[in-house]
Amino acid sequence: MNTAARPGPPLWLLAELTYRCPLHCVFCYNPVDFARQEDEISTDDWLRVLREGRAMGAVQLGLSGGEPLLRDDLEIIVAEARRLGFYSNLLTSGVGLTEERAAALKAAGLDHVQLSFQDSTREMNDFLSHTKTFSLKNKVARIIKDQGWPMVMNVVIHRLNIDHIDRIIGMAHEMGAEYLELANTQYYSWAFLNRSQLLPTHEQLKKAEAVTDAWRAKLGEVMRIFFVAPDYHEGKAKKCVNGWGSMFMTIAPDGAALPCHTARMLPGLSFPNVREMSLRDIWFDSEGFNRYRGTGWMKEPCSTCVHKEEDLGGCRCQAYMLAHDAAAADPVCRLSPQHHLVQAAVAEAALSATTPKVAEHPLLFRDPVNSRRLTEPVR
Amino acid sequence: MSEATLASVPRVGAGFRLQFEPAQDCHVLLYPEGMVKLNQPAGEIMKRCDGARTIAAVVADLETAFSTTGLEADVLAFVAMAGQQRWLAWT
Repeated sequence: MNTAARPGPPLWLLAELTYRCPLHCVFCYNPVDFARQEDEISTDDWLRVLREGRAMGAVQLGLSGGEPLLRDDLEIIVAEARRLGFYSNLLTSGVGLTEERAAALKAAGLDHVQLSFQDSTREMNDFLSHTKTFSLKNKVARIIKDQGWPMVMNVVIHRLNIDHIDRIIGMAHEMGAEYLELANTQYYSWAFLNRSQLLPTHEQLKKAEAVTDAWRAKLGEVMRIFFVAPDYHEGKAKKCVNGWGSMFMTIAPDGAALPCHTARMLPGLSFPNVREMSLRDIWFDSEGFNRYRGTGWMKEPCSTCVHKEEDLGGCRCQAYMLAHDAAAADPVCRLSPQHHLVQAAVAEAALSATTPKVAEHPLLFRDPVNSRRLTEPVR
Repeated sequence: MSEATLASVPRVGAGFRLQFEPAQDCHVLLYPEGMVKLNQPAGEIMKRCDGARTIAAVVADLETAFSTTGLEADVLAFVAMAGQQRWLAWT
């Protein structure tokens, strides 16, 4: 029996300020039932969360959503984060980041901005050529640079845009990004619903990696490019959020504290709310944070696997979604008894990418109408 | 950026923040999406790189603070490495 040692502090706090969002991205990892979760904690609740987190040693703060700019108390939250000594990061689509708002956030002490490239339209095939999106991002990128913030650009990669990766990298470079994150879609929530259209083929991935390497060689240190490989294709599980309850804590818009931003999908597991419990008690003593800490909860093949400390069994949500058991090995691992399900999904992607379709199953956009249509009311 | 010499005046690089973290009992360097935990010598060097002191002054200050001599080569080597990582910058 492996008993997990007392964990260190939650170094990384992700504040999902709201699920409201002007965009309708098909790869969004917000819960599919987000439209049924309209409750948002108050400014004072957020300020208390920051103070409690910082007192425990939290140091990185992500301000995310939905679109965090839709909270009009964002400047107040940023100012308190700065006062407390957090390094704060705004994760935004850029929609709503005017020059005035940027100046106010800078004055409040925001440390950096991660600008995401999403498609705000339904014209996925025009992902890059769509001038409205392109000019907005261009303008926002300039606003970010003018404030002197280091800029991280994030592009979620999938089958419909992966072949444009050369132009994506070129664009990020032209816009002056210091870091570019090419994040292959992770298949949760909306992305999971749309997986059959979004999963790239092996060939696409190989080509994209080669293009990325060529840009790296050309740009050197000018722009750092991170290529987040998709776990479906690798046959290897990743240490999810660097280990359940090991350094990462998400606070959902309604105040639920989660070990990762999708953990609420797991059945039979309750997560405390910051309105009812202190961050310290949540982190160290709640059942939700302790359930999958360390390796003591593991089953075969994980429990006797030589790699168990490296990957900690992979992602619990993926195990639940694919193997219907949150304590199973992550099926992306080639040692998982359910690995064939992942292989089948990749094979299906290869087939549907090359075969003309008769009846295409339509992409599901993340919007309130679909959210309500696809889900039951929250109990 | 030119090679660091004793006359260079280093400061913490743009987009990075250096601070002491009691919970980790060390200096850390914060940057977009990451954190470097600095060991004690690295922390002592970095916190003296304030954009005002030359490396020679940093070396002298360290040698006084720790009652030792001969730190020059180590400090220069660290600063060169930190410059490559963009933790430090100088003109």
